[in-house]
Amino acid sequence: MYRESPIIRWRRYPERYRLEGNKCAQCSKIYFPKTYLCECGSKKFLPHQLKPRGKILTYTEIKSSPEEFSEMTPYCVAIIELNEGPKITTQIADCDVSEIKIGDEVEMVFRKFLASGEEGIIHYGFKFKKVEENIVN
Amino acid sequence: MVLRMLQKLNIGIVGFGCYIPKFRIKIEDIAAANNQNVELLKSALLISEKSVPNKDEDAVTIAVEAAKTAIARAEQVSKLLKNNSKTENNISSESNTSNDAVNNFNKTKIGAIYMGSESHPYAVKSSASILGEALGIGNNFTAADLEFACKAGTAALQMISGMVMSGIVEYGLAIGADTSQGAPGDALEYSASAGGAAFIVGTSGKDNAGNEKTAANILYTLSKTTDTPDFWRRNAQKYPTHMGRFTGEEAYFKHVIETTQAMLQETGFKINDFDHIVFHQPNGKFPLTAAKTLCATKEQLKFGIVVHEIGNTYSGSCLLGLTNVLENALPNQRILLTSYGSGSGSDCFVIETTDLLPETQKIGKKLLNHLSNKVYVNYTQYRQMVEMIH
Repeated sequence: MYRESPIIRWRRYPERYRLEGNKCAQCSKIYFPKTYLCECGSKKFLPHQLKPRGKILTYTEIKSSPEEFSEMTPYCVAIIELNEGPKITTQIADCDVSEIKIGDEVEMVFRKFLASGEEGIIHYGFKFKKVEENIVN
Repeated sequence: MVLRMLQKLNIGIVGFGCYIPKFRIKIEDIAAANNQNVELLKSALLISEKSVPNKDEDAVTIAVEAAKTAIARAEQVSKLLKNNSKTENNISSESNTSNDAVNNFNKTKIGAIYMGSESHPYAVKSSASILGEALGIGNNFTAADLEFACKAGTAALQMISGMVMSGIVEYGLAIGADTSQGAPGDALEYSASAGGAAFIVGTSGKDNAGNEKTAANILYTLSKTTDTPDFWRRNAQKYPTHMGRFTGEEAYFKHVIETTQAMLQETGFKINDFDHIVFHQPNGKFPLTAAKTLCATKEQLKFGIVVHEIGNTYSGSCLLGLTNVLENALPNQRILLTSYGSGSGSDCFVIETTDLLPETQKIGKKLLNHLSNKVYVNYTQYRQMVEMIH
């Protein structure tokens, strides 16, 4: 049975739950996940709440997954580019992979990521889902 | 019988939102798997299909998505009031209204989160605390998970209203959300579904005359509670047990009708004083029958009954009806809402929409958007999906 320390994930709740990255105080470059050294050389950062929208750069369907995701298999994993620049790897929720295209607009959703067995902690976090109707939330 | 009456005109709903999972199963498919007569079931339940949560959804994820819409709408209305106030101040330098006086909504001002559900993911660990973290409202709030069968959501709304009214918190978030349980082959399997609705209670801000404004004022609330053994789920049991026909006359109808009648008597309103009526909807027939007994018309229930295409979302049930009403109502309309939770009790509310309501209707995913965006699953897929959760 897959088990991961709840504490390790707890330290990353702001980014996992809300897509919180950081922004260089000097050159304003936005990072996700957070970084501690900007490419401009600055070490001064401000927390930055990323806007929860982006587009698919590339994707694949996982049919043979790591044990912790076996119950969700098959599922789609994509690299997406957020509207504010950072690129992230994420699962695409509620999707039929045959209907996914490069360039599709996606929005963040809060989903169950995995559970450590019947007794362990439930890990939540972001996934993205295809924007079906262009409604700003 | 316990009766409580609350009244204050200047608090109410400033934001609301709902979420319904994308997947649906048709009643035909469940009936075929159970060798049941589908036409008989459909005419008895007046449900054609029900929502099914994906394997990575639960009551908390549903609540988060509903609350995001509620927050977005509350922020929209507050922004509008602030802009109006600025314009007024620019036009008249003698105005007494200053921007400082505008009491704008900001999600970090939410001081309480109460979430009602029959399917909290943990027996011990708060769903509401996960919500607070996911919504990014900070840590200065009180939170609790509520359970009272299908009325835990309205219990949350009532408690939040009390806290806002008393001034303990400026804004509160009340949620009813469920991934409802129904055993394979049981009557509940045809109705138990998933969805939820969220409401932010407080004031949107002040208008130019200095009056506190909301999208819909909560005028009255009143409850009735009895110890009635119609439906229950023991600790660690997967599925609930119910008493079949006993869940009707002595349970649902007695509580919904008597609580509504008590509200009418206490407030002096007549049933035809309401533009919209919402009752708890475990199926399509029960709210229609209750409405008939109370002499309400089908026109009054037009937006309030949403069970036909969603199923019974337990704690989210009548709150989804209220959301649909608020998404379609006009300003200055009166709404009557009566919930029902087995075990048993009903909470009744009188709500009046304001001229700010149309602003909330301009943004956010509506219940109709969720209804139109759907994918059907077969019975095997459905069982796999719900087994992951229950």
